[in-house]
Amino acid sequence: MTEVVLIFVITAAGTCGELCMALAMKRVGEVVDFRPSAILHALSGAFGIGWLWVGVALMAVSFLALLVVLSVENVSFVIPVTAFSYVLGALGGALFLGERVDRQRWIGVLLVCTGVALVFVGGR
Amino acid sequence: MTRSLNPHFKTYVLLLVMVIAGPVGDVLLSKGMRHIAARTDWTGTAMADAAWRVFSSGTIWLGLACLIAYLIAQMVVLSWADYSYVQPASAGSYGVVALLGYFLLGEKITLTRWIGVLVICLGVFIVGRTSPRTTKRKRMKSGSS
Repeated sequence: MTEVVLIFVITAAGTCGELCMALAMKRVGEVVDFRPSAILHALSGAFGIGWLWVGVALMAVSFLALLVVLSVENVSFVIPVTAFSYVLGALGGALFLGERVDRQRWIGVLLVCTGVALVFVGGR
Repeated sequence: MTRSLNPHFKTYVLLLVMVIAGPVGDVLLSKGMRHIAARTDWTGTAMADAAWRVFSSGTIWLGLACLIAYLIAQMVVLSWADYSYVQPASAGSYGVVALLGYFLLGEKITLTRWIGVLVICLGVFIVGRTSPRTTKRKRMKSGSS
């Protein structure tokens, strides 16, 4: 039961963390200048947005949960299960960030999800 | 480079950085850490010695540099592209890992794993044919020289 909760934490906290980071970067605005100083300026702008820090904290929680689960479960079991995060990411993009996830994108997301599971189930 | 680049082009370039830098960074960190852990007996002095070797390891620094490049590319691409586009598209890294393992390290890869890589590539291709941005465009305020 603990492992199920931890796997949920890995996928949910990891995906929510990245969604928060995406929201912070959207608030910064589209980077159009690719000189190192301009990129640094964009990143420093993002660090002034609270959502980025929420994202970093959630990603840290997800990483710690991953380390704990990997200490008791095989990576070949953990990674296919966490591939579900692609579905969660598409849902979060649509609901949290207002992105338009059409049927074609959903099909792609589900194929990626299936493929990741196959890669790890396949082992070596 | 402030002229507007084609959004598809700049998205693909940054996704390529993510897809290559991410797995290469993971592999380098893993290689560096295993090399150090294999020679550590986890006593106090051995741990301090291991910490010193971590910080003086070129492999680990190179791995960290790759992961920082991955994070910067991810943050920059998310400033305009959809998360629901970037997340699945960057899964191409699983294919890169399999190809690197097969061609550079001579690893054996099972048929199931090759099928998985093909399914991921198909998924990435399909997601890649959708528009990278479906939300309103917001340009960054100029603040750098």
